[in-house]
Amino acid sequence: MILSELIDYGTLRLIWWVLLGVLLIGFAALDGFDLGVGMLLPFIGRSDVERRVVINTIGPVWEGNQVWLVVGGGAIFAAWPPLYAVSFSGFYLAMFAILAALILRPVGFKYRSKREDPRWRSTWDWALFTGGFVPALIFGVAVGNVLQGVPFRFADDMRIFYEGSFFGLLNPFALLCGLLSVSMLVMHGSAWLALKTDGKVAWRARRYGGIAALLTLVLYAAAGAVLWAYIGGYRITSAIDPAGPSNPLLKTVVTESGAWFANYAAYPWLLIAPVLGILGTLATFFGLRSKAEILPLLTGKIAIFGIISSVGVSMFPFILPSSIDLRSSLTVWDSSSSHLTLFIMLVVTAIFLPIIVAYTSWVYHVLWGKVDEAGVTDKSSHSY
Amino acid sequence: MEFDIVTLSRLQFAITALYHFLFVPLTLGLSVLLAIMETVYVMTGRLIWRQMTKFWGTLFGINFAIGVATGLVMEFQFGMNWSYYSHYVGDIFGAPLAIEGLMAFFLEATFVGLFFFGWDKLSKLGHLVATYCVAAGSNFSALWILIANGWMQNPVGSAFNPQTMRMEITDFFAVLMNPVAQAKFVHTVSAGYVTASIFVLGVSAWYLLKGRSTELAKRSMTVAASFGLAASLSVVVLGDESGYLSTEHQKMKLAAIEGMWNTEPAPAAFTAFGFPDQEARETHYAVHIPILMGLIGTRSLTTEIPGINELVASAEDHIRKGIVAYDALQKIRAAGSEAAVPAEARTAFEANGEWLGYALLLKRYVDDPRTATEAQIVAAANDTVPGVLPLFWAFRIMVGLGFFFILLTTTFFLLSARRRLDHYPWLLRVAVLAIPLPWVAAEMGWIVAEFGRQPWIIEGVLPTAAAVSDLGATTVLGTIVGFVILYTVLFIVEMMLMVRAIKQGPEPDTDPEAILASPIIAPAE
Repeated sequence: MILSELIDYGTLRLIWWVLLGVLLIGFAALDGFDLGVGMLLPFIGRSDVERRVVINTIGPVWEGNQVWLVVGGGAIFAAWPPLYAVSFSGFYLAMFAILAALILRPVGFKYRSKREDPRWRSTWDWALFTGGFVPALIFGVAVGNVLQGVPFRFADDMRIFYEGSFFGLLNPFALLCGLLSVSMLVMHGSAWLALKTDGKVAWRARRYGGIAALLTLVLYAAAGAVLWAYIGGYRITSAIDPAGPSNPLLKTVVTESGAWFANYAAYPWLLIAPVLGILGTLATFFGLRSKAEILPLLTGKIAIFGIISSVGVSMFPFILPSSIDLRSSLTVWDSSSSHLTLFIMLVVTAIFLPIIVAYTSWVYHVLWGKVDEAGVTDKSSHSY
Repeated sequence: MEFDIVTLSRLQFAITALYHFLFVPLTLGLSVLLAIMETVYVMTGRLIWRQMTKFWGTLFGINFAIGVATGLVMEFQFGMNWSYYSHYVGDIFGAPLAIEGLMAFFLEATFVGLFFFGWDKLSKLGHLVATYCVAAGSNFSALWILIANGWMQNPVGSAFNPQTMRMEITDFFAVLMNPVAQAKFVHTVSAGYVTASIFVLGVSAWYLLKGRSTELAKRSMTVAASFGLAASLSVVVLGDESGYLSTEHQKMKLAAIEGMWNTEPAPAAFTAFGFPDQEARETHYAVHIPILMGLIGTRSLTTEIPGINELVASAEDHIRKGIVAYDALQKIRAAGSEAAVPAEARTAFEANGEWLGYALLLKRYVDDPRTATEAQIVAAANDTVPGVLPLFWAFRIMVGLGFFFILLTTTFFLLSARRRLDHYPWLLRVAVLAIPLPWVAAEMGWIVAEFGRQPWIIEGVLPTAAAVSDLGATTVLGTIVGFVILYTVLFIVEMMLMVRAIKQGPEPDTDPEAILASPIIAPAE
């Protein structure tokens, strides 16, 4: 197909690196508050009715939000097949834990309020907590491991060998990143609850959210400091061909302390990412304290954008460095799909992403307004 | 059976896929039935149709929840358990999965929230649009998943790239228009419609037997019987075996389904009954129906269907060509750069590259297919025959049930037309007992499709045994146990809630606003 030549391979790869970020940030900024609300549920909802209020704030939207994860997974498969193959098989047990936890969510939402029995409901409340906490923690832990490099290598026929263990993933820096992810999403979930509820639930949400925002700030700074002081980055030493074949084994790579900060030195404007992460979190903190309604939710999204994109920008062009066989590391320039697939997927995304954003906004518009106790206890409202 | 990593990975995939498909067909069909019921409500303003939509919607929701949860597992486990597969064909296979998410799943999942929560927040028409979006989303979703699956059965529009050691897309349009994918889509979606129709029919029959909610039950039966009749005709007539002659291995699948060991002159006879014996290569106690097989398999009286023995012989030939391709590939990869590739290696690969996958069949026996012995080549050729006995019977159970569904829906269609739905209690009992059968048929269908494709994961391109991740057997055994426990608990909870919701029955719908909303046509009740 000649049409695909309209955009050269290197540019397409760059676009898909950005789109990968868009999908992951979309997931964290939308499904993120659902996960946060799940984690907050047993603490913010002190009575059954309060818990139902909390659940029903996300009841109508969480399914659509979770599709960001589904599409994120699909897009990684389609646009970055080696990344999909290495990370999903390498983090096998961690992925299983995420799946097991996420399975609890749809059934928890649907089934919790179908029976009056308090033990039944309490069980599902903790299932929903797990469904929020485990994915939030593991996604953060995964990022923490990616920043350090992951023990995988390719054989000559591109068969993947992973030489780490599940418990190896749980190293101190990765756990730090995991906690950062948890507190970031708790902060975001609180901001959502502060907007969608009132009275005691909203008051508690603001209090927990404030603590989570401060924690996010501290953990983000700590993670940055540890990264700077103790964790070496990676650098490509061979010539780079942005349009070269997707074969990671053709390059040479070295590890270097401070390499993860080299992009900021070369292009200082990139510092906007971490700056937005910090300012967004601060603004969320003050927004939650000042009783602002929608502001903390929006600034929370800015914080999430800043924090996640700072990881991507630091590592660029690396996507998944290998700690045991440096040249096996996956980079933007050698681990994508073919030129044609990237082009087709770009066309499809360019058509459907705006449509998705449009109808998602419409749905949020329809559902605008607070969820209160009278609403959830009204039998005809079909609440969870 | 030994529990090596390949067997365990296949077992896990089979468990999670078959489990996922317990929920998919009802979602597919019920979403359309809900759209039909709500359309009648919006057009006539009769409250009972809204009550029906809400009631069946509640059951839809219970089913939908697990479908979503288990669908995520399906999408992730290609990378988790089948990492070489993901690398090898992700360039083609990943695209329809991603498009499914963008085009279909987003639509379905975003509007399903409005379906449940939007009754008071949207106008009648607005809510109907939400319901349509759910139905369209779930059906489009099936389309893209089956384009992906169809490509596994008939890998068109792609070529092997020696530089990246993987299959890459050459013609996206061919992947979309893959005849196997199209046939599968129609067949699978129709099967979903049948499932939902039989479900609605059976549950309504139970209400009639109990003398409860009879008005709602009769109307539901009328919709289900007519929709189900059309769907069950479509599912049988447009069965996906029409695509079976498109490739070599699809032919093998067809021959295995038929237990047809030797090529017969056209039109071949259909073996209605028998016990295929893989070792002896014959079917014991076979009962033949002349001509029928040729008609089913080829839609013609003159096209010949090759038998298993003939197909094994040609597989042996493909393996030899595959070894030539494998050898050429090693030389191309060793050359380093494009320019350094020896001309004869390039020519050899161009001539035999399409058979490369057959050389990989030898990987079970030797590390380097070029060193394979004659005996190993013969063994690998024999491996191309899938398990004939399970296929033979899975297919017959599926087809038998398909004809039963036509009979059942026709019966209730006629009863409904003559307004005698509640006249024959024994027929109602049959309808109640028939509720699980569409699921049996659907699962059998997937066993035919996937088990019949063995030993290939991508037909003719990549053997299943070569596609797995490098994981420990205990690790995979652990996740199998985890999934089985989780899925069993969820299944029990799901069944409990479903039965409870059915026993509870429809809620009375007396919302006065709905009456005011259609001032022109007064409700009949």
